[in-house]
Parts: sequence; C-alpha cells; structure tokens
Amino acid sequence: MSTPSPVETYESLYVRLQEVVARLEQGELPLNETLQLYEQGVRLAAACQRLLDAAELRVQELAAGDSQLDLEA
Amino acid sequence: MVHVALIMHQALSVSEVSTYLRELLESHPLLGDLWVQGEVSEFKRYAASGHCYFSLKDGEALLRGVMWKSHAARLAALPRPGDVVLAHGYLSIYPQRGDLQLYADTVLPAGVGLLYAQFEELKARLEAEGLFSLERKRPLPTLPRRIGIVTGRQSAALQDMLAILARRCPLVEVVVVPCQVQGDRAPDSIVEALYRVYEAEVDLVLLARGGGSIEDLWAFNDEAVARAVFASPVPIVTGVGHETDTTIVDFVADMRAPTPSAAAELATPELADLAALVAEARARLDSAATSALATRRALVNEAARSVALRAPLRQIGRDRQQIDDLLRRIERAFSRDAELRRVALSGLGARLATLSPQATLARGYAVVRRATDGVVLTSPTQARPGTRLQITLRDGTLDAEAAAPAPEERR
Repeated sequence: MSTPSPVETYESLYVRLQEVVARLEQGELPLNETLQLYEQGVRLAAACQRLLDAAELRVQELAAGDSQLDLEA
Repeated sequence: MVHVALIMHQALSVSEVSTYLRELLESHPLLGDLWVQGEVSEFKRYAASGHCYFSLKDGEALLRGVMWKSHAARLAALPRPGDVVLAHGYLSIYPQRGDLQLYADTVLPAGVGLLYAQFEELKARLEAEGLFSLERKRPLPTLPRRIGIVTGRQSAALQDMLAILARRCPLVEVVVVPCQVQGDRAPDSIVEALYRVYEAEVDLVLLARGGGSIEDLWAFNDEAVARAVFASPVPIVTGVGHETDTTIVDFVADMRAPTPSAAAELATPELADLAALVAEARARLDSAATSALATRRALVNEAARSVALRAPLRQIGRDRQQIDDLLRRIERAFSRDAELRRVALSGLGARLATLSPQATLARGYAVVRRATDGVVLTSPTQARPGTRLQITLRDGTLDAEAAAPAPEERR
C-alpha cells in the first residue's frame, strides 16, 4: 500500500486547510504571513475541490480463495 | 321383541359414555401423548379467559383443539389460520358437547416455523453470550477509505450498492468479495468471504443480500456466519433482505441497515456535503483574511491620529501602503479563483440566503448608493463620472465620487 488512497489524499489536504483557517481566524499574525496563509488556504481548498470533482469509484474484486492481495487487479 | 326393562338395565347414561371415553382416551399410550401435524384453519384466543380454541385440518379431516392460557402464554407467537403446525398434547372429549378435542400444551410452527424456532433458540443463546451487546458496537468511520463488500456475485444488491457509492462518494475504494448467499453452501461461503475481506485492509465492511423468502435469507441466521461477523476487526454494516426482515447477523453487526442500498448510504457521506465543508472553509478563509487586514488598517489609522506628531509618519504611510497592497493581492487571488468561489458559493446556497446583509458586509463586500437619491447601484451606467457616491462597509460609510467606468470585463 505505497500510494495513498484518494480519501487519504483528500483528508490530508482538508486537515491542512482547517489548520490554515484556524490560524488565520486566531489573527494577530504579521501581514505577510496572513497573506501567505490565505493564499495557501485558497490553494488547498481548490485542491480539495478538484479531488472531489475528479473522483471516480475504484472497484476491485477479490475471490474468497485468493491468499495474496493483488492491488493491481 | 326386546324387553324394554332389560334394555334399560343394560343402557349407559350419556355421562357414563362420556366418562368411559375420556378415561379410555386419556390412558391410551399413543393418544394420551401425541404430536399432530396439520394446518390451522381457525385459531381464537378469548380475551376474558386467555384460553385458545383452534382447529387443525388435513384434507377432509378436522380436529378441534384447545390450549389453556398457561400454555398459550409460553408461545413465541400465536398460530394463524393457514400455518402448518405441530401440536403436542393429549386427546380427550369435552363432555358438554361430546366433542373430541386435542388438549394441546405446545404448538410449534412446522416447516418455516421450525426455522423460526431455531432462529429464536440461536438468538437467545448468542444474546446471552454477549454477541449483540450494545457496548461493543463501533461507530462507522465518517469518511471510509476502503469499503469491503461481501455479497452475491453479480447480484442486484451489488449493483445497487456500487451505484450508490459511485453517486454519493466516488472518493472511496471498494473491495468486493463475492460469495454464495443462498443454499447449503452459503454459510461457509459467506464466512470465507468475510475473513478474506478482513485481510484486505478495509476500514468498513458491508454484508448484504437482496430480498427473498425467509428460506433464501437463512444463511444470515447461521451461527458460524454470526460468529464471523462478530470477529470483524472493523465496523460492519448489514443490509439483508427488506425492511421487515431481521436476521441474526443484523443483531451482531455494528449497524443494521434495512436494505443493501441503505447500507451503502449509511456507509458514506455525500460528496456534496464534503464540498460544502470545503466551501465553508473557503468562506472562512476570505472573511478571516479580510477582517485581519481591516483590523490592521484600523490600528494604523488610529496610530496615525493619536501620535501624529511624534510618530515616524513615513513608517505609518508605509504600513498603510502595505495593507493596501495586500488587499489588492487578495482581490487578485479572489479573481484567480473565481471558478472555485462560484462552486463555494453555490454549495453554500442555503446558508448564504440566511446571511444578513451585515454579515455579507463583514466578509468584505460593500453596498454602493447614489448620494443624491440613495439608489443602490448595480451597474456603472447608473453613475456618470463625478456622481457623489456613498459606500457602506462593515462598520461605517465612505463618501466617494465616481470616476470613469472601468474597461468592460469579459466574462
């Protein structure tokens, strides 16, 4: 399981987005940092939305008898 | 000619016949303790006494029966007309009417009913063992990564579930392990498939089968299947049959869904809900950034006023300019992401509708009115250059004057 699943990718982006929003809402940041965070948040939100828009259900079938996990199936 | 006196001497009274028959029947080794199988043609329970009166039939033959309240109270369910049952008791006659009756102490459903009796027995046993315990029910993941599905190969249930997952939450990965869902082989096949899916690193399992007769669903009342469900390392949702069907696995599972489709729905959030969360975060981002900058600007203005003489004016000027620059960059970021904003706003639709104009202003929007008559402007054509304007912001109003219209933006 080397590549993260779409949900894992999405969740890590979304968690980062939430962190950015929380830091920004706390306020009292230098102006440059405010802007950097803002732009980072915008990018994260766009990335989340892109993942949602592009998602396609991945279905894999395993036979009950198989002993090995074949992720490429 | 028979002598009447002799006949009278030999004749039995009605009650003597009745008593004789009763004693004969009740002491008979077979009739005093027997099982009768037949179809219930009538079954009445008298509310006042609690006793039950019924008749069993079989072709042309009919047998009346009675079951006293104390016995009837022990039945899981009272038989209904049409049920084929096995009744246990003894035969005797009811002297007042001369009727032959079965005095039953047990009425068990035959056929399907026997399955039901097994079901009740297994349910009681597993419940006593703690397999249904509410404390061990686990919450479902809010957003599962990988869902394992155990159901019939190429079944309608599988198609329904995949269609719902594809529509609601195509972000998830699905691992399907097909199995036999009816017939003698089904319990073993389901157990095997469950253990297979437990190895597949899923974080949620759906065990499902479409509707069918009680016999069709029977594999889901199997003890080995129930124990395999109990052994699931991750939360498991069952969707077996229709709403009205309840199987043993439903009691063991972490959550029971009425149908396979409902199981797929319970298992996943809707993508639109996730999009709404992203849009909400996006809106909070805008409002936090805007208000952070507005606070800064107010502080700088305040500083400029209160320490005008002593403060290094150039420094204040630079701060002001920096804030203005930043606001412009934010505006550029806004327009760069116009498409995302459209999605965000449409996702927020309902919520936006409830926002007050003040809340909208707080997020950095402004209302522009013509100073002369207070008309709210929605188009540059409403204000010729030089027109006095009033701009309403979150916490105050600005007077302004219209300059030339900006070059038309292409959309």
